[in-house]
Amino acid sequence: MPSLPEGVPVPEPRGPREAPQRSEDASWGGGDGRLPPWVASSPAGVAPGGSGTAGARPFGVYVHVPFCTVRCGYCDFNTYTASELGGGASQVAYATTALREVDLASKVLADVGLPQRPVSTVFFGGGTPTMLPAAHLARILAGVRDAWGLEPGAEVTTEANPDSVTPEYLAVLAEAGFTRVSFGMQSAVPHVLATLERTHDPLRIPDVVRWARDAGLDVSLDLIYGTPGESLDDWRTSVETALATGVDHVSAYALVVEQGTKMAAQVRRGEVTLPDEDDQAAKYELADALLTEAGLTWYEVSNWARGDEHACRHNLAYWRGHDWWGVGPGAHSYVAAATEHGEAGAAEAAGVRWWNVKHPRRYAALLEAGTSPGAGRELLTPAEHHLERVMLGVRLREGLDLGVLSPSARTAVGGLVARGLLDGRAAISGRGVLTLRGRLLADTVVRELTD
Amino acid sequence: MKRGLEHATACVRPCPPAWENRRVPPIPSPQNAARIQPNATPAELIRNFCIIAHIDHGKSTLADRMLQLTGVVDARAMRAQYLDRMDIERERGITIKSQAVRMPWEVDGTPHALNMIDTPGHVDFTYEVSRSLAACEGAVLLVDAAQGIEAQTLANLYLAMENDLAIIPVLNKIDLPAAQPEKYAEEIAGLVGVDPESVLRVSGKTGVGVEALLDRIVEEVPAPQGDPEAPARAMIFDSVYDTYRGVVTYVRVIDGSLNPREKIVMMSTRATHELLEIGVTSPEPQPTKGLGVGEVGYLITGVKDVRQSKVGDTVTNAGKPATDALGGYSDPKPMVFSGLYPVDGSDYPALRDALDKLKLNDAALNYEPETSVALGFGFRVGFLGLLHLEIVRERLEREFDLDLISTAPNVIYEVTLEDNTVVTVTNPSEFPGGKIKEIREPIVKATILCPSEFIGAVMELCQTKRGVLGGMDHISQERVEMRYTLPLAEIVFDFFDQLKSRTRGYASLDYETSGDQAADLVKVDILLQGDHVDAFSAIAHRDKAYAYGVMMTGKLKDLIPRQQFEVPIQAAIGARVIARETIRAMRKDVLAKCYGGDISRKRKLLEKQKEGKKRMKTIGSVEVPKDAFIAALSSDSAAVKDAKDKRK
Ligand SMILES: Nc1nc2c(ncn2[C@@H]2O[C@H](COP(=O)(O)OP(=O)(O)OP(=O)(O)O)[C@@H](O)[C@H]2O)c(=O)[nH]1
Ligand SMILES: C[S@@+](CC[C@H](N)C(=O)[O-])C[C@H]1O[C@@H](n2cnc3c(N)ncnc32)[C@H](O)[C@@H]1O
Ligand code: SF4
Ligand SMILES: [Mg+2]
Repeated sequence: MPSLPEGVPVPEPRGPREAPQRSEDASWGGGDGRLPPWVASSPAGVAPGGSGTAGARPFGVYVHVPFCTVRCGYCDFNTYTASELGGGASQVAYATTALREVDLASKVLADVGLPQRPVSTVFFGGGTPTMLPAAHLARILAGVRDAWGLEPGAEVTTEANPDSVTPEYLAVLAEAGFTRVSFGMQSAVPHVLATLERTHDPLRIPDVVRWARDAGLDVSLDLIYGTPGESLDDWRTSVETALATGVDHVSAYALVVEQGTKMAAQVRRGEVTLPDEDDQAAKYELADALLTEAGLTWYEVSNWARGDEHACRHNLAYWRGHDWWGVGPGAHSYVAAATEHGEAGAAEAAGVRWWNVKHPRRYAALLEAGTSPGAGRELLTPAEHHLERVMLGVRLREGLDLGVLSPSARTAVGGLVARGLLDGRAAISGRGVLTLRGRLLADTVVRELTD
Repeated sequence: MKRGLEHATACVRPCPPAWENRRVPPIPSPQNAARIQPNATPAELIRNFCIIAHIDHGKSTLADRMLQLTGVVDARAMRAQYLDRMDIERERGITIKSQAVRMPWEVDGTPHALNMIDTPGHVDFTYEVSRSLAACEGAVLLVDAAQGIEAQTLANLYLAMENDLAIIPVLNKIDLPAAQPEKYAEEIAGLVGVDPESVLRVSGKTGVGVEALLDRIVEEVPAPQGDPEAPARAMIFDSVYDTYRGVVTYVRVIDGSLNPREKIVMMSTRATHELLEIGVTSPEPQPTKGLGVGEVGYLITGVKDVRQSKVGDTVTNAGKPATDALGGYSDPKPMVFSGLYPVDGSDYPALRDALDKLKLNDAALNYEPETSVALGFGFRVGFLGLLHLEIVRERLEREFDLDLISTAPNVIYEVTLEDNTVVTVTNPSEFPGGKIKEIREPIVKATILCPSEFIGAVMELCQTKRGVLGGMDHISQERVEMRYTLPLAEIVFDFFDQLKSRTRGYASLDYETSGDQAADLVKVDILLQGDHVDAFSAIAHRDKAYAYGVMMTGKLKDLIPRQQFEVPIQAAIGARVIARETIRAMRKDVLAKCYGGDISRKRKLLEKQKEGKKRMKTIGSVEVPKDAFIAALSSDSAAVKDAKDKRK
């Protein structure tokens, strides 16, 4: 990536012909990172109040750790191997750098007039957060605690690669206040792992899960289905192996071949053949059956947990539209407007999403200079906010409040129930909840509910 | 493919190109220029000529050099193929519309006003060439010195000779290493009946020889003749609707003169109009004090009704009207028909308006309202060929901001029933169902030029296309001219592509209609979920019906995205199903992963999908993307791939 001129907003890379979206806020260039005033108070003197006020909304913190030992062929996350980084943005200094952003965040939120909120959830994602020494993760967490405080019973998760942890490491995390760890297992089948270019030994999975549980951490396993060459039986083996560890949470993601990845090139050259959507659908259904049978119920399209207490509250916050601050290179953040569209004194936009510069070196340089690492942001129009709310809400088992739909969209509910995409009973009680078939066709459902 | 790197490399060459090097260009001095003012130029100082050639032989590039040498376009404003002004021309690298430009040029101290018309080379636009020829006394016949004579060289030369024009044969692109000027000079000389030495050699790229060519034009093209005192008569050879200026009418004055602030009369309709502006194009419009005998220019009348300015009509003075109109142009007969439908049904009136306006600029366009069960209200439009169809659709979409679907093109059929009633079928859905005695289809006489080594390949192709060989001549040692009679329906679609690929690009083709013949034809219907999709019906030779059915059902299966239910696709002749495919029901569309950072991206994806939905036509309950119609109805597989990629 070429270096970026100071103070110029850098939109996410997008397709060459795509027009700039209306909501993108071209005037914003990071700078001091200031937020629009309406996130804290409503204009025209109407005092903030009621359930929608930011003061009352839960607040989460995401910490991105952009390092990996090797890059897996399918991965397009903002992460860098040592050789890709080429010095200047050392992992050793990362905690210090990230803490600078935490500092900035607490100032920005206070400056705009948002009341101090203790953090409900913290999530360390990557990359591979566990590439850093456990003490560094602990330091960052401590910094978050210092800045805002943690709610009692706050959920603190880190992602981890199965080959990047030891019992001691996990114990340090638990000691520091971490409550949860999510391992990237992906598959139990060697040839599938090989195609994914995963380096870990599948036999290690039961061990790492046990170590984590012994340390007192809640455990989740990430699985990927639909890898080229994966049979239905391979997939069954992976799900059953995950379940055999006794974990309380599983995420199962259909493999997405992202543009620009090594795997995308392999597909283009015909070196590997992607399974078709029928195969993916069959695997989803199989996973749902096996997981449900083992006592894990779905609470989001790709997530299953043993009862609500094991669901990932941090991820739920994304889908429920709560506020979060994303710390780290390329991290995204979101803060809703204090008042909802339609309410008295509603702000001109419904919320603000922004994102940081992607490269760790530039990220560090900006913070060192006392500047916001923000690269670009969008001010959500009410229509965009509505689409997001439907799109995210409908993914959850708690479902979407059908009351938020437009009158014309509400007429589509009947058809969706009739076609077996929305649950009939839930619809009668005012919630849009996907059926199993509906979960697979959620995009269709969202489209019909927002037409 | 065409507009290659040559231009780019030409710009970075260390030494300036020849045309910038000349000492004193024969651009008339101010005193001399005064002698060739519009409306005040004696006819003997006017030269009207057009540049004609086979496609790509370099007409527009040669025109560029003329614009520069005569000083009407300066180096800064210059760009390659200056006169190809439409976006669609620039993108495709071909000329679609003729363009007339007035340029000064001095020979032996005498100034002249040259009027140059750059014409298109593609066979579909032959009509455009013939109108341009009617405004000229001479033609520059350009031949690519690396290619030699091609089929449209012959066709255009023939037209020019029909019009009694002075022909100046010129070899172009002599800068190319592969140029063989000696060899092709012989070829042309033989054809036109001149001495090979007299064939000029130029390069439109470097400018070599272009001054000599301009001199030769002044010397050989006769000055226009007309009676300056007679009542005015001017021929409309083109017109265009311009959003800012209204209808702009291009004329060539034959007798008398037209002057600003006079009233004019269109002789065919007797309608009188105020003249708001009169001028010449050089190459931008320049208002003048009028137009005199032999001059070419434009008129703006402020008429609202675009149909008031008809190509081929004669313009005269209201005060002193002429009695006899000039012989107009015979309207070209459309050869290919296709239905044009707005994707959004409420755009129908806008489509009608757009067709009316485009017709001004494209006299070859013919249309009538029709309705389709699948597509609603639209027009059956007649075209001169497939390129013409493509261009018209694209121009309607761009210039009038419409979203259109065009149905499978077909030719015209005459069907005689048992009771001897005759039905003319311009749309496969009008194909009668009852007992049929005879079906007649149009045929063409085609001329194919190619190197002798490809004779076998061409014959084989023509045979599969039901062609009958009429004769064959060697035009040189290595090249032959083959004459075939072929059903029009067989050649309008992919014949040319196949011809090119079987002859490694070396063959060229020209054709003209030549009556009709009886043929064993059937109608193949396409059904989606049991619903008849009239837009996909086609008339095919009985031997090829099955192949058409298999091809179309296969294409549609690839092109129509999976729906929430299973969709059977069938091809049938009457009640008999001849091919079948099934689109399985969609089972999964959800993106499994949706983290914080994915939210904006995912929302934008959904927004895009919703946009895409607007470009769907619902047939029965099946949603068919517009691109699928276009791809299914086009002959090349690249379009199918494109449409599929777009969906992703
Ligand atoms: N080397 C060389 N290339 C030329 C010359 N003249 C034209 N070309 C190239 O030939 C191609 C066709 O040129 P055009 O001027 O567009 O040809 P045209 O006859 O106007 O084409 P149509 O209008 O589509 O029939 C372009 O790539 C030109 O750059 C020349 O004198 N020398
Ligand atoms: C942020 S990633 C990385 C976490 C950790 N570095 C690892 O790989 O185990 C979290 C999860 O996203 C999923 N994931 C990453 N790329 C994916 C892709 N292209 N398609 C589907 N799932 C993907 C994997 O299941 C992965 O465990
Ligand atoms: S380890 Fe995880 S984050 Fe790193 S490259 Fe692999 S999938 Fe991506
Ligand atoms: Mg041209």
